[in-house]
Amino acid sequence: MSTLLDILSSIGMWEAVLRIATPLIFGTLGVLLCERVGVLNLGIEGIMTFGAMVGWLTVYSGGDLWTGMLAAAAAGALFGLLHAMMTVPLGLSQHVTGLGITLFASSLSYYIFRLAVPTASSPPTVTPFKPLPIPGLSEIPFVGPVLFSQTPPTYLALALVALLAFGLYRTPLGLALRMTGENPHAADAQGLDPIGLRIGAIMAGSALMAMGGAFLTLAAFNSFFPTMIQGRGWICVALVVFASWRPQRALLGALLFAFFDAFQLRLQTVVDGVPYQLFLMLPYLLSILALILMARRARVPQALMQPYRRGER
Amino acid sequence: MRFERRDHPSRGLTLLAPLGAILAALLGAGVLIAIAGANPLEAYGLILKGALGSRLGFSEMLTRATPLILTGLAAAVAFRARLWNIGGEGQFYMGALAVAAFGMIPAIAGLPAPLAILLCLIAGAVAGMVLLLLPLGLRLKFGVDEVVTTLLLNFVAVLFVSLMIEGAMKDPLAFGWPQSVPVPDSAVLPKLMERTRLHAGLVIAVVMAVAVWWIQSRTVFGMRARAAGLNPRAASFAGVPLGRTLIVVACLSGGMAGLAGAIEVMGVKGYVSTDLSPSYGYSGIIIAMLANLNPLGVIAAALFSAVMFVGADSMSRALGIPSYIADVTVALSLLTMLVAIFLTQYRIRK
Repeated sequence: MSTLLDILSSIGMWEAVLRIATPLIFGTLGVLLCERVGVLNLGIEGIMTFGAMVGWLTVYSGGDLWTGMLAAAAAGALFGLLHAMMTVPLGLSQHVTGLGITLFASSLSYYIFRLAVPTASSPPTVTPFKPLPIPGLSEIPFVGPVLFSQTPPTYLALALVALLAFGLYRTPLGLALRMTGENPHAADAQGLDPIGLRIGAIMAGSALMAMGGAFLTLAAFNSFFPTMIQGRGWICVALVVFASWRPQRALLGALLFAFFDAFQLRLQTVVDGVPYQLFLMLPYLLSILALILMARRARVPQALMQPYRRGER
Repeated sequence: MRFERRDHPSRGLTLLAPLGAILAALLGAGVLIAIAGANPLEAYGLILKGALGSRLGFSEMLTRATPLILTGLAAAVAFRARLWNIGGEGQFYMGALAVAAFGMIPAIAGLPAPLAILLCLIAGAVAGMVLLLLPLGLRLKFGVDEVVTTLLLNFVAVLFVSLMIEGAMKDPLAFGWPQSVPVPDSAVLPKLMERTRLHAGLVIAVVMAVAVWWIQSRTVFGMRARAAGLNPRAASFAGVPLGRTLIVVACLSGGMAGLAGAIEVMGVKGYVSTDLSPSYGYSGIIIAMLANLNPLGVIAAALFSAVMFVGADSMSRALGIPSYIADVTVALSLLTMLVAIFLTQYRIRK
């Protein structure tokens, strides 16, 4: 019992929560943006992988860390454009297109990685983002190191939550985006351009996903290796349902999830006799549990997965 | 520019779609090969030669195609009924694990070979079914979308395999490597060709493809499953029991993926490890789409993928192009196939 309290009261554990949550925040915001305009983006797992690879490769070949993040975002937006072209104007199956993007983007990442580093047996490393303590705030006991001594991309992720929450609910563009996801015909009748809005939102959302991947190679770890995303993308898709498609709740979901993950990592080291695989299963099982709890309660964007063609019902 | 639906997509175009898609994918991957500094035509020549040019290469290609046919069927059956089973990878592993577990029972190991093989195949198929029935149950009972749950269960399944082969099912003679106790000799599938790895699993896979084709096109269940996929509301209005139909579809789909894992253990590996599948489950999705969800087409699509995967290994050794190019080509062919199918259904009007 006292070890449990030790874990829960350690600064290291709470610091880790925000770090683990960051790629999930980027990812869930990305999924949320796509789904809010009515398009499922199962490309996330592959786009995160590609973002992780591009971010790492940019820095490895001499770019600075923010250039790496930016390159990842741009690459993500390109995959988003591919997904958007196929699912929006052509109206192809969003499930299959997304899975295709995931398989294509991840195998392309491994191919480019192997071309760049043909023989290395252990993945080459880069110097990752360092924590940036915010003057003053980071000196508050406990809260300081937990919240205000994170790496810069973590602050960016938190700012994006606020930006998206404000943008979606308090600006005309946000209203237009939400309307496109609820009823594209009505949006069209209002003089909006549902096709363009959808394409734009998917590109922006995919850029966010790729930045989540790049966070892993440029802040959480310092190298790229195949299968490093480990289902984080799929977890983000589940978290968006849990969040009922709201940015603030997406943040909450990501934090809650990261809390359990950080907790199980520390629990592994103190609990004897329980196979480590059971702990590793927890994140996936928790995501499924979150889906069960929220499936009927969540308010799904009404036009999710419905292709829109002008004049066709 | 706008798109206009064709009244009747022509049969010829539909048959040409996969060829066009594969050609486009080869073209795209060719650019990547050229960027890497090799001649794409030479690379493709070496891929063909590696997979078809020798007895060994050919047998390896067919060995590789065997699980792909089954995981392809798993996806094709499910997708046709709009059951988004993306969990083929996990079901594959559960099927493999079930065979290894079954083989540890002395009474099974002692049975004559045909009986032991049959029981192990059934065990593998049932294990695959169970892993798909869980998420289907969640969909029917709680309305949980099965796409994400089947995807997440893939990771759970591999961790479960890891748990078992490092624990209760660990092979004490494997010098500490995490792998399961080998399957008993009585459960090993007979070889089809001397001095190769090609085994009777190929025959089972082809028979399954024909059986699934027959079930889908010639039985009431097949028609119901199709109706459930095309328009669930209309189907249920017409008296199709949706839940029950989906459960049978899930048994068929999960069963095929489980069978793939079982056959891979019984025919090739002999034991279970966590690197048993080079993502056969995910490749199955591509194969199903390339086949336009047609069970017989799945055989052809699986052969194409197997040629790419096996041929790329030898091409990679010769030219120094990463063998991941095979994965890229096959994945790209899924995207081009989607567009190709679209073009068979729509006309482009100015």
